[in-house]
Amino acid sequence: MHVGIEHYLILSAVLFSIGLYGALAKRNAVVILMCIELMLNAVNIALVAFSRYLVPDVVQLTGQVFAIFIMTVAAAEAAVGLAIIIAIYRSRKNVDVEQADLMKG
Amino acid sequence: MIELAFWILTLLMIGSAVAVVLLRDIFRAALLLILCFFAVAGIYITLNADFLAAVQVLIYAGAIGILLIFAIMLTRNLKEGSPFNKLNVPALLISLLVLATIVGVVVSTEWTTVTEASNAVTMPIDESTTTYVAKALFDSESGFVLPFEIASVLLLAALIGAIVLVRDRR
Repeated sequence: MHVGIEHYLILSAVLFSIGLYGALAKRNAVVILMCIELMLNAVNIALVAFSRYLVPDVVQLTGQVFAIFIMTVAAAEAAVGLAIIIAIYRSRKNVDVEQADLMKG
Repeated sequence: MIELAFWILTLLMIGSAVAVVLLRDIFRAALLLILCFFAVAGIYITLNADFLAAVQVLIYAGAIGILLIFAIMLTRNLKEGSPFNKLNVPALLISLLVLATIVGVVVSTEWTTVTEASNAVTMPIDESTTTYVAKALFDSESGFVLPFEIASVLLLAALIGAIVLVRDRR
């Protein structure tokens, strides 16, 4: 069976939905961050697939450059997000997002 | 050959991603997330993006994986694990809705390929991407030099921000 751009885009959509479900339905902040990483990876797969299949017989590299920038931002986001989680853990002794409601109105 | 690799990597990736969401043990979930990152690197190789596959292994499977495992070890609560919250069913419905929308759009769109590329950098399929990625990033006409510099400032800001956040104030 020939694998084309639709296969990669649907794979990316499935991975994004799994990440979205986990990010919405989990209570542990570290697991939510892991699910956000899954969603970023799904977007990267879609970008690289477009970069490969947009022009026939050649690879147009703009999508791959975008994927590199997304990886940079994801690394920064993971570092700051985990630092915030560790700061929350220090003050409240758990990382349950339902109990971190200090700013709730 | 590419087809077989694609299906094996897809099964591995979806299986480990589902396990990341469903497992109660956070540490095992993190290890399976790293497996998922490796599968994504394989998918990049099937898409002729070998430089990105190497970067994926180094940054995601290496750096972010280690960072996540450190955070889990510093914060984990053994008896609680990783439970679902009370929005479990609505979240499942919303993500299935998002999935159905994207799949519907992807299937119903006719993906045309352009015959003539714009001034963006292209490369033949059977070569290594590293030189061409460098050209695409730093080309003086269609390159991304300013975003590259901004990304380095962003990384510096994230570094300083993370240090300030976890610093002991006593």
